[in-house]
Amino acid sequence: MPLILEKKQLSADVFRLRVQAPLIAEERKAGQFIILQVNDGFGERIPLTIADADPAEGSITLIFQRVGKTTRLLSELNEGDNIAHLVGPLGKPTHVEKVGHVVVVGGGIGVAPSYPIAQAMKQAGNKLTVIMGARNKDLIIMEDEMRAIADDLIICTDDGSVGRKALVTEPLKELCESAEKPDLVIAIGPPIMMKFCAKTTEPYAVHTLVSLNTIMVDGTGMCGGCRVNVGGEVRFVCVDGPEFDGHKVDFDNMMSRLKSYKEQEHSKSCKLDAAIKAKEAEMAQ
Amino acid sequence: MSHEMTDPETLAANAREKLESIRSREAPLTTRDRRAIERQEMPSQAPEVRRSNMCEVALGLTPEQAQIEAMRCIQCKNQPCVEGCPVRIDIPGFIKQIAEGNFQGAIDIIKQNSLLPAVCGRVCPQEEQCQAVCTVGKMAKDVDKAVSIGRLERFAADWEREQGTFEVPEVKPATGKKVAVIGSGPASITVAADVRREGHQVTVFEAFHRPGGVMIYGIPEFRLPKSIVDLEIQTLTKMGVEIKTDFVVGRTRKLTDLMKKDGYDAVFVGTGAGLPKFMNVEGENLVGVFSANEYLTRSNLMKAYEKELADTPIYPSRKVAVLGGGNVAMDSARTALRLGAQEVHIIYRRTMNEMPARVEEVHHAQEEGVVFDLLQNPVRILGDDHGCVKAIEVQRFELGEPDASGRRSPVPIPGSEFMMEVDTVIVAIGNESNPLIRQTTDGLTVNKRGNIIVDDNCKTSIDGVYAGGDIVLGAATVILAMGEGRRAAAAINEMLASKA
Ligand SMILES: Cc1cc2nc3c(=O)[nH]c(=O)nc-3n(C[C@H](O)[C@H](O)[C@H](O)COP(=O)(O)OP(=O)(O)OC[C@H]3O[C@@H](n4cnc5c(N)ncnc54)[C@H](O)[C@@H]3O)c2cc1C
Ligand code: FES
Repeated sequence: MPLILEKKQLSADVFRLRVQAPLIAEERKAGQFIILQVNDGFGERIPLTIADADPAEGSITLIFQRVGKTTRLLSELNEGDNIAHLVGPLGKPTHVEKVGHVVVVGGGIGVAPSYPIAQAMKQAGNKLTVIMGARNKDLIIMEDEMRAIADDLIICTDDGSVGRKALVTEPLKELCESAEKPDLVIAIGPPIMMKFCAKTTEPYAVHTLVSLNTIMVDGTGMCGGCRVNVGGEVRFVCVDGPEFDGHKVDFDNMMSRLKSYKEQEHSKSCKLDAAIKAKEAEMAQ
Repeated sequence: MSHEMTDPETLAANAREKLESIRSREAPLTTRDRRAIERQEMPSQAPEVRRSNMCEVALGLTPEQAQIEAMRCIQCKNQPCVEGCPVRIDIPGFIKQIAEGNFQGAIDIIKQNSLLPAVCGRVCPQEEQCQAVCTVGKMAKDVDKAVSIGRLERFAADWEREQGTFEVPEVKPATGKKVAVIGSGPASITVAADVRREGHQVTVFEAFHRPGGVMIYGIPEFRLPKSIVDLEIQTLTKMGVEIKTDFVVGRTRKLTDLMKKDGYDAVFVGTGAGLPKFMNVEGENLVGVFSANEYLTRSNLMKAYEKELADTPIYPSRKVAVLGGGNVAMDSARTALRLGAQEVHIIYRRTMNEMPARVEEVHHAQEEGVVFDLLQNPVRILGDDHGCVKAIEVQRFELGEPDASGRRSPVPIPGSEFMMEVDTVIVAIGNESNPLIRQTTDGLTVNKRGNIIVDDNCKTSIDGVYAGGDIVLGAATVILAMGEGRRAAAAINEMLASKA
């Protein structure tokens, strides 16, 4: 059972874990992810991108946002605790080559998975522009790490509390119109952001990759739960992806599929909330 | 069939009486006497009860029933049943032991050829194998009157388990050789056991968090209790086989690296079929359309049927259409019922006669109220404004003129399309081979369907690498997977011995 070596809270709902996983640390490449299960019996399997890895130490870094029951349980684990199951690295690695000017757009928690890709693109000799977006200043993560590798870093917030008060598509559009038109855009973040990034670059014919984070069960191509429609064809995110040509992905279908279980998850989370409250009340007595 | 016929108490009482009367006779049973004995019905949970629980449907013959059933075997000379069995179990031999009340003797005979009798006794398509050619059935001109070989096999295996006398197979002294087994389905379990017995070190690599393959994540609890599969896995562990779960060969480690970097002397690939086919009809990506693999995995492996406890959700269905006519379709339909669906339809293009599912499963599904829409085929799936399934459009078929082989294949009836309102569609039209291993292993030869090509010894195009089960055969059966595992293990053992 993989051991948690370090835990850090990056913002109100975002956590970073360094987890012991020597084989994964050795084999993983930019763009790949893992699937984990917090507890053995009834736990759910969720995919998380590998944000970083240290093969010498035999560890990988995961960054996640507390959104549903499983990520909440994960956020309650501490250094020294074990994660019941962790499997990976899964998915196809990002195809890294020198293409010229690469723009990496990371939205919200999507900054975490975009970091290893940005790093790899920079190392391959590309000029690297990073656009980071979040609702507000407190939700900006990994700014220092990104600043260290980017030739240009543009920060956008919805409320203007830091950087530009704009959506990430604004500077993206400007770049597409500028003399330094990107040769490749990689957008990772909420589906709606990826959809609009792809829409923004399409008129300029700028090749745009998006990294999809669908519902998954096995992660090996066995269940088809992660399927998406890309250019009219059914593709499995866990084995054919997670990266696809953003101009070909049917985002609307993907977004409705992501919502398949929303109500159930919510009611379960409420039950959990109630259970935690009851437990706390019990402890207080 | 009314439930009185399968009520455990009634059946047990009748059998006791019958056995008494047979025992009290002076003369030994003649063939004619044996043929006069009625086939013993399988005690089962009543349909209206079982359709809302996950517990096993068929409860198993009682010892008296088993003995009586075994007496129906006339011990014919040419033993066609042995030929009909993919792993050639000495069927008349073990049945004779049961008839004589020597259950230990029976299981010992079965185990000479089969490693998973409790599983195969439950899931083998016996009516197409051993029982199809049984002389007793032939004489009665009714395959349903054949000796219930499968039920007797299950009985012997269950008896042994309940006795707790089961001994872990002996393992020869360590040879210092290492064998990697990829996957943990029936093919892999067999290889692991047979290779380990020769004293080689064996590691099983399984992608999922729980070993057992399709027997764990596919076939539901009500047909194959998971505790039976777990016991087989425990036996492996007790024999000293190491099981590494959460390990995807090809990703966590490449197959060739297992040999080059990690020092394995041989590798067996038993990764199964595991790539769900879809129909390529409009609307297949709507919310509420699942592959049978996903639906069954959520329920079986992730225990979504324990709705209050499990974190993995399952779609709340009211009216379900299951597409397909195999075991996978039956399992999906019956699982949907148990998860609370009010109405479940199986939509199948051909007729009952061509259904590849085990006859018993079809019967069970019918008893539980699954509706069979035969000679029908989906045209498209329709969604509502939220992208969720709301209906399926279906076309009717009829049987055409017989072709050269005398087979009448179904042809669509133009203009016969109609709509059926459903909220869930489960696609159970089969599996193709998972491409992960072939994509990540240079030099591994596969056929155009993606199945690994092997020789008579289950050896692949790479030296030291063997393969068997569904990854070679395409979606097949547990017993065939086990049989191939046997063959591969023998070849691996021989290869390692010669390398000494
Ligand atoms: C719902 C359903 C019902 C069925 N009913 C019957 C029945 O009634 N009777 C019958 O005889 N047969 C039945 N079958 C078919 C039968 O289960 C299979 O033929 C049999 O299990 C094949 O065995 P196998 O050893 O080849 O592989 P599997 O049982 O498929 O096991 C393969 C294992 O390998 C693992 N794996 C895959 N890729 C990797 C990798 N890269 N690294 C590590 N591990 C990997 C998988 O997770 C899996 O656990 C059914 C199948 C299904 C799906
Ligand atoms: S997660 Fe099951 S096929 Fe991708």
